[in-house]
Amino acid sequence: MTQHLRKKRREAFVLGNEAVVEGALAAGCSFYAGYPITPSTEIMETMARRLPLAPDGVFIQMEDEIASMGAIIGASLAGRKAMTATSGPGFSLMQEQIGYAAMTETPLVIVDVMRGGASTGLPTSPGQGDVQQARWGAHGDHPIIVLSATDVPQCVEMTVAAFNFAEKYRTPVVLLLDEITAHTREKITLPEPGDFEIFSRLVPTMPPEWYKPYEETLRGVPPMPPVGSGYRFHVTGLTHDLLGFPTSRPEEVRALVERQFRKIDRFFQDVQLVEHVDTEDAEVLVVAYGCVARSARLAVKQARDVGVRAGLLVLNTLFPFPRAHVEKLMRTCRLVVVPELNVGQISREVKRVNEGYTAVRTINRIDGQIITPSQIFKEIA
Amino acid sequence: MAEVTQLIHQYLRHNKKFPLVFCPGCGHGIVLGSLVRSVHALGLSKDEVVIVAGIGCSGRIAAYVDFNTVHTTHGRALTVATGIKMANPALTVIAVMGDGDAFSIGGNHFIHAARRNIGVTALVLNNFIYGMTGGQCSSTTPEGAYTHTSPMGQPEASFDVVELARAAGASGVARGTVYHVKALDGLITAALAQPGFNLVEALTPCFTQYGRGNGFKNPVAMFQWLKERAVPLEAYEKLEQKDGRIPIGVFVKRDVPGLETRYAAMCREFREKKGGAA
Repeated sequence: MTQHLRKKRREAFVLGNEAVVEGALAAGCSFYAGYPITPSTEIMETMARRLPLAPDGVFIQMEDEIASMGAIIGASLAGRKAMTATSGPGFSLMQEQIGYAAMTETPLVIVDVMRGGASTGLPTSPGQGDVQQARWGAHGDHPIIVLSATDVPQCVEMTVAAFNFAEKYRTPVVLLLDEITAHTREKITLPEPGDFEIFSRLVPTMPPEWYKPYEETLRGVPPMPPVGSGYRFHVTGLTHDLLGFPTSRPEEVRALVERQFRKIDRFFQDVQLVEHVDTEDAEVLVVAYGCVARSARLAVKQARDVGVRAGLLVLNTLFPFPRAHVEKLMRTCRLVVVPELNVGQISREVKRVNEGYTAVRTINRIDGQIITPSQIFKEIA
Repeated sequence: MAEVTQLIHQYLRHNKKFPLVFCPGCGHGIVLGSLVRSVHALGLSKDEVVIVAGIGCSGRIAAYVDFNTVHTTHGRALTVATGIKMANPALTVIAVMGDGDAFSIGGNHFIHAARRNIGVTALVLNNFIYGMTGGQCSSTTPEGAYTHTSPMGQPEASFDVVELARAAGASGVARGTVYHVKALDGLITAALAQPGFNLVEALTPCFTQYGRGNGFKNPVAMFQWLKERAVPLEAYEKLEQKDGRIPIGVFVKRDVPGLETRYAAMCREFREKKGGAA
């Protein structure tokens, strides 16, 4: 009834990187710390202009990526929704602190706009080589959530999802983009209040002296007060007891790490963001993410046009790996094709889930060029 | 004595296992005492004080005091402290670091925190050595000193921490020792009260890892050494023969608002301008 009375939605023609900022602000992000690096820089530059306009918005350019991670950890402990963005080499520098954030259960969003190559590699060319780094880059066993986006509108949605997951599960969340998605300009509808369900971390309501910062709860995620609010406790990267104090007693260490994994395992379905395209009757399945999923979408359509029952599973969540979705389709398809801009970082996961049941074919490019629809079409039709 | 006990009960964590992890003869506990007395003297509430510590012996201090405490990764205490201060400027943020922490692995963060003049007090417990890691040289180990990684004597020169902080632009720079406790109390109190980035370097003996290898008979000899070598700045300047003396006191005192204050003012102005334009 009131639908047609609503004022016209504002639209904008923006880069993927700029869309990330729209998503972040819609999710309530009020703190950004970063260090410039191609091809993620527009995220930082847009934040530098936008955050000072928000009440209490803080933007700070730090001396390096390690410092940027430290600053957003501090800001998050102080109660802010905080993020940083970087690309491959900077992402590597952040890894120790990503592990710290996982161990201390500090909500954060890290956007990594992947570029080609190891080392300095191909700074302005696309790649998807940081997938396993996002999962296992930090030392030690730790849970983490890794998301990815295929186009500019999705950059908004996935950034919001990243903040929501970070806050809900008190964990660092990595959003992996690739250079093409980040630097493609597309029309988006600018988010308005109420467009998205926004989740903020739970804060304790009990008296401070009752509060145990790392205690098991029904959700497995303890509430988290901002520093300075009267709940004084110790935060450490050492394995710690329920009060946060360092411990190396096996039973306390095991309980801590198991809870950290369990809090995400338990809500596995909630964090599985995938898109099914023509998968109901598919006998050939393409599994893709990022810019490659766009090529795959066209390839699948072309294959359907020539009578091949092809389907596409777009992975927006890369980790925890959406096993349930992939596994089910694996049992009904005769062939699974995994195109990606690396030597096979997600096909490795697909093969792991498959356990030899279905034929898995990979298409890999590591020369800074995109995988075209025709390249995928050739493999599936 | 009663007064001391009262302070302990007020500021130390009753549910934390004591005694401290520090070795006999270590000066870290004295710095901890100074820190607690300074917070008490300024009348700060425990809720508004945040201790951010790095890794190593000094990093363990954070666990014992009943403030908001964050034990971060090696060398990164100042980066986390910067995030906390920018996110909530009302908090009194103190970064407790060791010499290796602050000036070796964290050297870059240190000079940049001083340059941007973030309103954080850096309390550096300088014992010239990596203590918890087992006695390797740091960037403040004196030239010629013996450590496990300089068995022939440290061939590298060491940082003059005071000059480093001064050159990088800190608002306040001071040096004290754990022998001169009353003076150290004063230095920390002044640093906490002054806006902007403040460094307090506290010289503290490590007999276990440094003293034994460098000709000190016992911890007392190290305190004796501090007593003899450290000279108040005014007296130091008048000395004709400096021969190895160490000046202590306040070296830099600039009443400059911290980054958090300047940033907030800048944003306010920016918003008003934008608001007026629209």
